[in-house]
Amino acid sequence: MGKISLKQVVKKFGEVEVIPPLDLEIEDGEFVVFVGPSGCGKSTLLRLIAGLEDVSDGRIEIDGKDATDLAPAERRLAMVFQSYALYPHMTVRKNIAFPLKMAGVDHAEQERRIASAAKALNLTDYLDRRPGQLSGGQRQRVAIGRAIVREPAAFLFDEPLSNLDAALRVGMRLEITELHHRLATTMIYVTHDQVEAMTMADKIVVLRAGVVEQVGSPLELYRTPQNLFVAGFIGSPKMNFVTGKDAAAHDAHTIGVRPEHVKLSKDTGHWAGTVGVSEHLGSDTFVHVETEGGLGLMTVRVDGEMDVHHGDRVFLTPEEDKIHRFDEKGQRL
Amino acid sequence: MATQHSRAAARLMISPAVILLFLWMAVPLGMTIYFSFLNYNLLIPSAHNFIGLQNYDFFVTDPAFVTALVNTLVLVLGVLVITTVGGVLMALLLDRPMWGQGIVRILVIAPFFVMPTVSALVWKNMFMNPVNGIFAWVFHLLGIQPFDFLAQAPLFSIIMIVSWEWLPFAALILLTALQSLDSEQIEAAEMDGASAFSRFIYITVPHLTRSITVVILIQTIFLLSIFAEIYVTTNGGPGNASTNIPFMIYSQSLLQFDVGGGSAGGIIAVILANIVAIFLMRMIGKNLEA
Repeated sequence: MGKISLKQVVKKFGEVEVIPPLDLEIEDGEFVVFVGPSGCGKSTLLRLIAGLEDVSDGRIEIDGKDATDLAPAERRLAMVFQSYALYPHMTVRKNIAFPLKMAGVDHAEQERRIASAAKALNLTDYLDRRPGQLSGGQRQRVAIGRAIVREPAAFLFDEPLSNLDAALRVGMRLEITELHHRLATTMIYVTHDQVEAMTMADKIVVLRAGVVEQVGSPLELYRTPQNLFVAGFIGSPKMNFVTGKDAAAHDAHTIGVRPEHVKLSKDTGHWAGTVGVSEHLGSDTFVHVETEGGLGLMTVRVDGEMDVHHGDRVFLTPEEDKIHRFDEKGQRL
Repeated sequence: MATQHSRAAARLMISPAVILLFLWMAVPLGMTIYFSFLNYNLLIPSAHNFIGLQNYDFFVTDPAFVTALVNTLVLVLGVLVITTVGGVLMALLLDRPMWGQGIVRILVIAPFFVMPTVSALVWKNMFMNPVNGIFAWVFHLLGIQPFDFLAQAPLFSIIMIVSWEWLPFAALILLTALQSLDSEQIEAAEMDGASAFSRFIYITVPHLTRSITVVILIQTIFLLSIFAEIYVTTNGGPGNASTNIPFMIYSQSLLQFDVGGGSAGGIIAVILANIVAIFLMRMIGKNLEA
C-alpha cells in the first residue's frame, strides 16, 4: 500500500549538493519522522518524495514501482503544508472536495467522503465557512481533511504544527498520532522539534546536512545514539558531554551522560560544582550546575521537590551503566 | 471634549481643500447644466435665451447619436476584453523566469508611457498606412491587396490602438497579483491532481479576480472618454463610423460652435458614465469586498 524506498537519491541545486547519495526504506503503515536542525534538507527530501522537486540522480520507488519521473498527482501521496495551503476562495467543503473533483469522483461519493472526513476531524459545523474564518487549528484540520479524502498511499506532513500555539500543538500531535493508528497508512512527517519526533514516530530519521545520521525507533535513538550529533539532538534537556581525563578513564575521547542519569547530592559525588539556574517544572527540576575542573556547565534532572538554590555547592555522580562513549570522530564506541 | 474639539479643528483645517475641490467640480458641472438649457451658439451672438430641453432633444434625436452611443460601448467593451484576457496571458508569460526579465518587463510597460496622440499617429502612419505602412508591406509580401484599416475598419483599428496602449497597464497589475499567489497553493493543487489548466482555472483565476476588477473599473473610466486617438486618426469617420460620444460632443460644440448642444451632450455623457458605473458595480463590485 504505502512502501516507499529511496535508492541513492541525490539532489543538487545548481552546483550545491544538498542531499548526497541517500538510501532509505519506509515500510507500509509506518509513521516516519524526519528530524534535524533547520537547513538539513529534511523538507527537500519530503518534496523529492512528493515529486514537487526532481531528483538529480537515483530512484524513488513507491510500492515497488519506479516513481522517480511520475508527476506528484500520480504518486498517490497527499501532503499537508506548513502554511496549510488552503484555497482561500473556496469553502471548507470545496477545499476538501477539490482533490475528489480533480479525480472525477462522482458527486454522491464526494459527499460521502467529505462527510466522513468532516466527522473524523470535527469539521462538520464549519463546512460552509471559508478558511479565512477559521482558527489555526481548524485550518490545520481542513488541510488534513483534504489529504485523507483522497485515501492516499502515504501522507506527507511538512512541519504542520509549527504555526500553532503550544497548547494546540500538543493537541494536534495527539490527533495526528491517533489518525495514524486509525488509518494505518504510511505517514512521513518533517519537523525540527525532537519532542514531536520522539512522541509521534515509529521510526525517526535524523538528518544533518542532507546526510542520514541515524535511523531507528525513538527509544533506540535515545538508548544508543550512534554519534555525538544524534546524542545531542535527541533527548531534552540535551545530553552532557565530557572530554579529557574523565573520558580517558572510560577509554573514550568523549563521554556523554543524560541529565536524568546523573545523581545530585549535597555531600559527596564524582564531580563538584555550584548550582546556577534551576528550572522548576513541578514534577521535575532541571538544575544547571557549573562544574569545577573545566568540565563546563552540566544539566541534571532531579525530583521536583528537591531543595536546591542558586549558589549551593553540590556533587554530581553519573550512572556508570548509562554512560555513552564516543571516539575522536564522534562515533559511538 | 478634547476629541470633539480636535475633530472640529480637523474639519476646519481640511475645509479649504475640500471646498476648493468641490468648487472645482461643482462650478463647471453647474455651468454645463446651465448652458445646456440655453440657445447658445457662438455663430449667433444675440441673446442666449432659455429653451428648456430642446438641446437634449436635438442631441438625442441626432441620427449620429445612436451610432456614437453604440460605438462608445463597443470601444469600451472591446478594449476591456482584449486587455484583460491579453493582460492575464501576458502576465503569465512575464511571471516565468527568463533571461533578460528586467529589460523585457520595461519594454512591455513602454507603450503605456507613450502619449495617446503620439501612439495613434505611430499606428496611423507607420503601421496602418495603406501605402507606406508596415502592414501594407506585409500584405504586399504575401501578394494580397493592402487593407486600409482606418478607412475600412475604423472602429476596429481604434480598438486595436487603444488596446495596445492599455494592455501594459493590465498586464502590470495582473503580474503583481500573480506574484502574490502563494506557491504552496499551486503545489497543493498539483498534489491534489489538478492539471496545469485546472490549476489556472481553479486557483490562479480566482486569485486574480480582485485585480481584474480593479483593471476593469479603472480602464472603463478612461475608455469612456477616448478622444485623442479618434481625433488624430479617423476624425470620427468615415461618416460617423468611429464617432463616440466624446467626439460627438467635440464636433457639436467646437465644429458647429453650438455651446448649448455640446453642454447637453456632456450631461448625457455624465449620465451614461453613471449608468455604466452602476452596472459595473452591480456585476463585479462584490469582488472588491474583503
